[in-house]
Amino acid sequence: MAFEGLSEKLNAAFKKLRGKGRLTEADVREGMREVRLALLEADVSYKVVKDFVAQVTDRCVGADVLDSLTPGQQIVKIVNEELTALMGGSNARLTFASKGPTIVMMVGLQGAGKTTNGAKLAGLMRRQFGKRPLLVACDVYRPAAINQLQVVGKQLDIPVFEMGQADPVHIAEEAVKYARDHGNDMVFLDTAGRLHIDEALMDELKAIKAAVKPTEILLVVDAMTGQDAVNAASAFDEALGIDGVLLTKLDGDARGGAALSIRAATGKPIKFVGTGEKLDMIELFHPERMASRILGMGDMLTFIEKA
Amino acid sequence: MGLFAKFKEAWLKPMSFDSLNEGFYDDLEEALILADVGMDTAVDAVAQLKKRAYAKLLTHEEDVKNALRDILTEKLSVGDPALDLSTRPSVALIIGVNGVGKTTSIGKLAHRLKNEGKKVLLCAGDTFRAAAADQLEIWAERAGVDIVRQNEGADPGAVLFDSLAAAKARNTDVVLCDTAGRLHNKDNLMKELAKLRKIIDREAPNAAKETLLVLDATTGQNGLIQARQFKETAGLTGIILTKLDGTAKGGIVIAIAQELQVPVKFVGLGEGIDDLRPFDAREFVNDLI
Ligand SMILES: Nc1nc2c(ncn2[C@@H]2O[C@H](COP(=O)(O)OP(=O)(O)OP(=O)(O)O)[C@@H](O)[C@H]2O)c(=O)[nH]1
Ligand SMILES: Nc1nc2c(ncn2[C@@H]2O[C@H](COP(=O)(O)OP(=O)(O)OP(=O)(O)O)[C@@H](O)[C@H]2O)c(=O)[nH]1
Ligand SMILES: [Mg+2]
Ligand SMILES: [Mg+2]
Repeated sequence: MAFEGLSEKLNAAFKKLRGKGRLTEADVREGMREVRLALLEADVSYKVVKDFVAQVTDRCVGADVLDSLTPGQQIVKIVNEELTALMGGSNARLTFASKGPTIVMMVGLQGAGKTTNGAKLAGLMRRQFGKRPLLVACDVYRPAAINQLQVVGKQLDIPVFEMGQADPVHIAEEAVKYARDHGNDMVFLDTAGRLHIDEALMDELKAIKAAVKPTEILLVVDAMTGQDAVNAASAFDEALGIDGVLLTKLDGDARGGAALSIRAATGKPIKFVGTGEKLDMIELFHPERMASRILGMGDMLTFIEKA
Repeated sequence: MGLFAKFKEAWLKPMSFDSLNEGFYDDLEEALILADVGMDTAVDAVAQLKKRAYAKLLTHEEDVKNALRDILTEKLSVGDPALDLSTRPSVALIIGVNGVGKTTSIGKLAHRLKNEGKKVLLCAGDTFRAAAADQLEIWAERAGVDIVRQNEGADPGAVLFDSLAAAKARNTDVVLCDTAGRLHNKDNLMKELAKLRKIIDREAPNAAKETLLVLDATTGQNGLIQARQFKETAGLTGIILTKLDGTAKGGIVIAIAQELQVPVKFVGLGEGIDDLRPFDAREFVNDLI
């Protein structure tokens, strides 16, 4: 599971601190070095780690912590609080349009999981809210992208709108009209994967956004992403103003520090997670769960009780 | 920078060894971490660098940086970066986690090998992902090479078996075998991969074989775990590092080369058919820092 290694590392770091009664400022800094290492090994962005550790250290060397009889416990609490704050507050949902179909635009780097998870999300919306989604093939570049969308549409029994290799902006506009005429109250735009530094293709996304005014623009991010997560997410957010993030491939064993980085860099919530290749493998994102997972809250709580 | 400016800079800022303080080395370490090299490798490389800078009395920042580039290049220089395609047919199995660029890299590689005068056959071994075989078929058309495929849901082992038989019958030089993306922590999928490996060993016992792990340059520290697992299951003869045309540096391959002694053989630099190049360690390292 993601983050397992990180929580082990943090536990180890705090076990060391726990041995002592009172902590000196130097002890705190020593513990924070291990926190820093663990976060970096989990692929949390270098800058986010720096800020995070600085903030936590500041709070931890505050007089009340050092004077407390159980400083280790205090530090664990603080790290947990700060991490939860960084992951975002309550869990965020999709916004539905007040008028007309809800338009969800899936964007992201190549191979992140847009097509698969757009379809999964459409299925989830139908299951949960009785929606009547339409999948739209706006990827006119990747070989067999349209076939792929048609196959997953068929597996889910959700209609797919396609116009072959036409202009993606035009396809999106026509799809929305089609949805209005056919009673589809949700439209999922499957856009082509692209690099955040590809100006022409980023302009294409801006044009689609301007043309159909999506209700939600979701950035799809691979949980295995390393330090580049911040660059890519910031660039997509600056260009489009994303509304949220869908984190994929969480069924792997990547620690998924990208989740923290993206949240810190863009301030946008992670709304869903992909947990497998099958089309029902999608879940709501729970920041508190994720933060607990990072810190191994199970262990942490028993530790706090004992401390 | 003009010659005079360069001269002036070199003249006015002569660095004594002492002036390359911890801050300078910390910055290098940071650059390595930002490139996804990983903490262990970054710390190790910088420690080595300090020794070398001291031994060679390097005093200029640029000289020290070059020494670091040397160290990283050495770390990457393991194994043979060329493909072994010495038999007819030879067989290359292309493996990796989901969405890294396996199918696309096969298309590019097929094009490359064909241009070298080889007769290439693609094996559509991904029978699981939606339209995976259609995607490979388009690449086969683009590259102008043969493909053996079956329906979605077919047994990948059967497709591989057919492909190897077809390759022998058609006097094919190279079989490039696509596989479904799979996460390395899924036992059942890794077992399936081991089975494919065995079919090749059984059906083409004397063939030159390559097992290439495709790795996405945006991958962080998980890349090392992927490489370990895939090596254990299928053996690895090389790595194809894709998506280097973005801003990610792919530094995790240094840790992989070090630990597993597996060379990077090709890099992917785009989605076009010509965007696959032989790996050049020095060039890669120059982009890294
Ligand atoms: N294990 C796992 N695999 C996933 C998940 N989501 C997607 N995938 C797989 O990741 C690969 C890429 O998914 P796609 O949906 O094609 O990705 P994409 O972003 O549309 O790719 P492009 O259109 O080429 O940019 C496929 O093999 C999917 O089956 C997930 O949550 N877990
Ligand atoms: N920018 C860039 N994109 C690439 C590169 N290589 C592959 N891609 C893109 O990455 C996406 C995924 O590529 P695929 O070849 O389908 O990846 P795969 O590993 O076969 O994926 P699965 O079979 O689903 O596991 C596609 O959109 C490709 O066009 C590269 O070197 N650079
Ligand atoms: Mg897609
Ligand atoms: Mg593929």
